[in-house]
Amino acid sequence: MAAITSSPSPTALDRARAWVRARNIPPVYGILVIIFLASILLDLFFGIDDQLFIFNPTILTNILVRSVALGIVAVGQTFVMIGASIDLSVAYTVSVTAVGASFLMAGEPDRVWWTVLVLIAIGIVIGLLNGTIITKLKVNPLIATLGVGLILKGLLNATFTNFAGSVPSSFQSFAYDAIGPVPISVLVLFGVVLVGWFILRRTRYGAHLYAVGGNAEGARLSGLHTDRILTLAHVMCSVTAVLTGLFVVSRLRSGAPWVGTDGLYDLESIAATVIGGTALSGGKGGVWGTLAGVLIFSLLDTMFNQIGIDAYLKQILRGAIIILAVGFYTFRSKAEQG
Amino acid sequence: MTQITATTTDSASAGARVWGWLRGLNPVYLIAVVLLVAVGYLNPVFYQPDSFLTFVARAAPLMILTAGQVFVLVSGGFDLSVGSVVTSTVIISAILANNDPGATWWVILFLLAGGVLIGLINGAVTTYLKVPSLIATLGMLLIVRGVGLFWSGGAPRGYLPDNLRMWGRGGIEGLFGLRQFPYAVILLVIFGIIYWLLLHRLNYGRQLLALGDNPRASRLSGVNVNLMRISAFVICAVSAVVSGIMVAGRGGVSIEAGTGLEMQSIAAAVLGGTMLLGGRGSVPAAMTGALALEVLFTLLNLMGLPKPLRDAVQGLIIISAVAYTAYSTRKSR
Repeated sequence: MAAITSSPSPTALDRARAWVRARNIPPVYGILVIIFLASILLDLFFGIDDQLFIFNPTILTNILVRSVALGIVAVGQTFVMIGASIDLSVAYTVSVTAVGASFLMAGEPDRVWWTVLVLIAIGIVIGLLNGTIITKLKVNPLIATLGVGLILKGLLNATFTNFAGSVPSSFQSFAYDAIGPVPISVLVLFGVVLVGWFILRRTRYGAHLYAVGGNAEGARLSGLHTDRILTLAHVMCSVTAVLTGLFVVSRLRSGAPWVGTDGLYDLESIAATVIGGTALSGGKGGVWGTLAGVLIFSLLDTMFNQIGIDAYLKQILRGAIIILAVGFYTFRSKAEQG
Repeated sequence: MTQITATTTDSASAGARVWGWLRGLNPVYLIAVVLLVAVGYLNPVFYQPDSFLTFVARAAPLMILTAGQVFVLVSGGFDLSVGSVVTSTVIISAILANNDPGATWWVILFLLAGGVLIGLINGAVTTYLKVPSLIATLGMLLIVRGVGLFWSGGAPRGYLPDNLRMWGRGGIEGLFGLRQFPYAVILLVIFGIIYWLLLHRLNYGRQLLALGDNPRASRLSGVNVNLMRISAFVICAVSAVVSGIMVAGRGGVSIEAGTGLEMQSIAAAVLGGTMLLGGRGSVPAAMTGALALEVLFTLLNLMGLPKPLRDAVQGLIIISAVAYTAYSTRKSR
């Protein structure tokens, strides 16, 4: 009895825990904080610079800018994964956009706008193709989007073999300019995340998408056009991949067929989404968790640079982290189900 | 009764019986024959025994790889790491052997052991950590390629001794009056028979197919599902190493040696009627699928189409095969 009355501190912790549980907050934010603290310690002991990265605004901004490319497409990936689908074609869509943008713009500032419109139209077509193959031809989403990805890759590589054309310098302001201390690209990322959050949480379509992902048959029987809802999610996902491609090409000035696959946008967008708390089985999750997942990846990436890890070793670590992170989540969710 | 059956078989014309047999046959054999005829028409030299065997030897690595992939596919998984296993086998064999013929045998043993290890990890991650095999093996793709590039420093180095190269480009001289009977074809036959026995003649294969068809039923009937799945990944990774040794011998050392082979092996298996997500598949049909894919590539080449279009063709094959399977199962219900 005495013990209970004299220990008020656990109740605060318990209350915090209950708050987190009641709101169904995924553990990704905790992991982000832990990795952030661990990065500071690592930098303190093994850093190759004298200065700690948290006191270096350039590096801090860089972490955010690094998140832009992956973050935008990961929002789209979150949409399709909430709908219990997946998109493995995004990396090739990024490549198609990057090459298409630099080829079509050909350095001319007055071609920027219609090129962007053409590329978004291409993204819509790719999304429609993915969605139609999945919903009408009943092909498993992994296979359908892998197949569409291969077709894009084949067509792209048959047409272009290297960097093609370039984007005008005015277009590069997307990647390099800032409003005050905040880079435009980071604002775009937050804009995309906000729009994603709004659609998922504040519109009827968002609620329908969760319903389709949670129980497709039930959603269909209660009168939802499940096919249309899922296809629209795929269209939005492909359009985010186009936006990522536009950001990538504005950073590189010119696009090559390998920029999307080398960036691992397919695998990392899925991993970031899963880490962010969206279930692979669909019906659960959200874009803020995904953003935290993306930040974890850029933080780790920055850290590897700070302590000077070999490029190939970095690739090994990336692969291992993706497997372990996804494994941790799937293992945990299976354990919860019993 | 016996008389009736006898008369019906008698009355059925030979043509009808052949037709019935043909209808039961996997369409991949027909596809392969049509493609082979088309290539022979465009390039008559193709049918000279020597050049045809050279072609089969060139197709052998993909055929062995596809046979291994079939084991993972019928169990309900995917292995996307095989391409980078081939690449790393090529890179690491050149570094380790470094033109010393005496080293060949332990290098081969070392690589096979590496294959077993990769298969074990792939299998353990998918079964115990419950990571979808597509993501697990994509991660493994990064890891294996990273190890190969890290070891070599990013550029190929070292040389392959002749007795390691022979599996890809050597052969028995003067056999059957041929210029050369390739070792690759001998390996192909040996592995083909082993895999055929494993999947179609042993209890193991029956259990693996049953597992892919209905994992729950397999588990309830007392099959060690996890062990079966892991074994399939081990068979697949070891096939990738064998195929890598042949690729190294044929094409020499390159960091692009195995790029794209993972999708080629899946497309070939699907072309051979293997059902993705498990339950149905055949080793000879899948290997014929791989041969057909190589013939198709040769044909595209003869028609002067750019090489990267191969990827697009594979994408179309995979989607249409799976769509067709989905359509026919819906219709039969």
